[in-house]
Amino acid sequence: MIRDITLGQYYPAKSVIHQLDPRVKLMTTIIYVISLFVAKGILGYVLATLFLAMAIRLSKVPFGYMTKGLKAIIMILMFTVVFNLFLIDGDVVLWRFGFLRITDQGVKTAVFMAIRLIYLIIGSSIMTLTTTPNDLTDGLERLLGPLKKIHVPVHEIAMMMSIALRFIPILLEETDKIMKAQIARGADFESGNLIQKAKAMVPLLVPLFISAFRRANDLAMAMEARCYHGGEGRTKMKPLHYESADKTAYGVVWGYLLLMIALTWYERLHPLILL
Amino acid sequence: MIRAEKLTFDYERLDEEGRVESKKRAVDHVDLKIASGEFIAILGHNGSGKSTLAKHINAILTPTEGTLWVDGMDTKDEEKLWNIRQDAGMVFQNPDNQIIGTVVEEDVGFGPENLGVPTDEIWERVEESLKAVGMLKYRHHSPNRLSGGQKQRVAIAGVMAMHPKCIVLDEPTAMLDPNGRKSVIQTAQKLNREEGITILLITHYMEEVVEADHVLVMDDGKVVMQGTPREIFSQVEELKRLRLDVPQATLLAWELKKKGLPLQDGILSMEELVDELCLLKQKM
Repeated sequence: MIRDITLGQYYPAKSVIHQLDPRVKLMTTIIYVISLFVAKGILGYVLATLFLAMAIRLSKVPFGYMTKGLKAIIMILMFTVVFNLFLIDGDVVLWRFGFLRITDQGVKTAVFMAIRLIYLIIGSSIMTLTTTPNDLTDGLERLLGPLKKIHVPVHEIAMMMSIALRFIPILLEETDKIMKAQIARGADFESGNLIQKAKAMVPLLVPLFISAFRRANDLAMAMEARCYHGGEGRTKMKPLHYESADKTAYGVVWGYLLLMIALTWYERLHPLILL
Repeated sequence: MIRAEKLTFDYERLDEEGRVESKKRAVDHVDLKIASGEFIAILGHNGSGKSTLAKHINAILTPTEGTLWVDGMDTKDEEKLWNIRQDAGMVFQNPDNQIIGTVVEEDVGFGPENLGVPTDEIWERVEESLKAVGMLKYRHHSPNRLSGGQKQRVAIAGVMAMHPKCIVLDEPTAMLDPNGRKSVIQTAQKLNREEGITILLITHYMEEVVEADHVLVMDDGKVVMQGTPREIFSQVEELKRLRLDVPQATLLAWELKKKGLPLQDGILSMEELVDELCLLKQKM
C-alpha cells in the first residue's frame, strides 16, 4: 500500500502543457511570478487571470487539484489580508473602531495581495502537476548549467535529487517495517507528551539511518560498477530538445510579460478609478 | 578471458590514527583461468571469500598481492579501469540497491549514458537488452512495483546494455523467492548460450550450479575444489566437510550407494536418479 504513494503531485494526462520541455515550464513559472509583482492595477490582474485560466484549460488537470495547494497557505493568506486591511493608510476611511480602521487603499492592497498569493500557488502547482519529478530535475540541471563555470556541482546535485526521489518509497517502506518490528518488541510510538514521543522515535531513526547508509554504500558500488564517473563525458538517453511547441510557448510567455509591463505603465499614466 | 595469479586480498581494519590494526585475509593465493564463453559457478559458505573475489573482477577491489587480468588488462591499471568495468559487468545481491533509475528503461540506459554512447544507440541497446531478459513490456514501469526476480533481470539488462564480455553475478538470487530465482538463473543461462557471454555465478544454492561448465568451491579464501559439476558432486563427503549442501537427488543417490546399491557417482538431477534406478530394476 505504501508503495502507491505518488511523489510530488504529478497528475498524468496528455496535454500540451504536459508535453512541454521542463525548462519552458520552469521559466514560465518564474516569469509568471515576476509578472504578478509587476502588476499594479486592475488591468494587470485581469491579464494575469486570463493567462492563468488559459494555462489551467490547456493543462487538462481538474481544477480541484490546483486548489489543494491553497490549503497549506490559508493561514498566511488570512494574516496578510487582515494586516493589510486594517493597517494601511488611505485617503477615504470606510470604517473605524478604536485604533482599527479600514481605508480604501487598505481594501485594495488586501484584495490584490490575496489574489497575488493565490495565483502564485496555483501557478506553481500547474508546473508540479504537469511535470514528473525526473523531468523537473533534468530541467533544473540544464537551466542551472551555466553555474558549472563557477564550480557549482550542478550535475551532482541533479543526480542526488533523482536518487533521493527513487529511494523515498523504499525508505518509507523500510520505516514502516522497522516501526512494526519495534512495536512487536513493545515500543510505544503513540502515547506520552511531545518529549516522550520524540524519544520514542530514537529506536526508529537509528536503524533507519544505519540501513540508509548501507543502501547508499551498495548503491555507490553498483553505480561505479556501471562506470559512473560524474557528469563528464556522459551522454543522455533522453536529452532535452526545444520543439516548435516549446518555442511558441516561450514566445507567448515573453509576450505576456511585455504586455503586462505595458499595461502597468499605461495604468500609471491613466489611472482607472474603480475602488 | 579472466586470469588470476596468486591473487590475494586482505581486509584491513584501521584504528583512529589510520594505522593498520588487524588484517583479515579474504582471498588467499587464488589461481584462476576462465575461458571466453564459459559458465562458471563459484560455491562457498558465508565468509569464504567468494564475493571478495567477484569484486576483483570488476576492479572494485584491487589485489593486495598477485595479479588479475580481465581480457588482458591488469585490474591495477587505473587507466584501464573503465574498460575493465565495461567488459566485466556486475550484478549484486540486493535488487533494490542497484537500480538507479526511477523508470525501468532509464535504469537500463544508465550504463551506456556513463560510457558516452550516442542517444540513438542508447535506445537501441536498451531495447535489445530488455528483450534479452524478457522485460521489454515493463519498460515504462517504476522499479518499485516489480518483484525481486524482475528487478534482478532489470539489473542484468542494465549490465547487458553496456555490451560486456563477461557478467559476474554475486549471489543474485539470495533475496528472491523460488520463482524469481528460477527466472534469474534461466536468464543468465540464456545469455551464456545465445549471446556467448561469459558468466560467473556466485551462489550457495547447489541447484543453480548443476548446469555450469565448471565449478569452483571456495573455503577460507582458497579454492579447495575444482571441476565439472559431476566431479564436484561425486565428492559428497568433502562437500559436507565444507558445510555445503548437496542437491537432494545427489544426496539420495549417495546414501543409497552407501547402503550397497550399485549407482553411479555424481548424479545431479532427479531425472538421472530415476533413470538409474529403473535401469537397476531391469537388471534385477
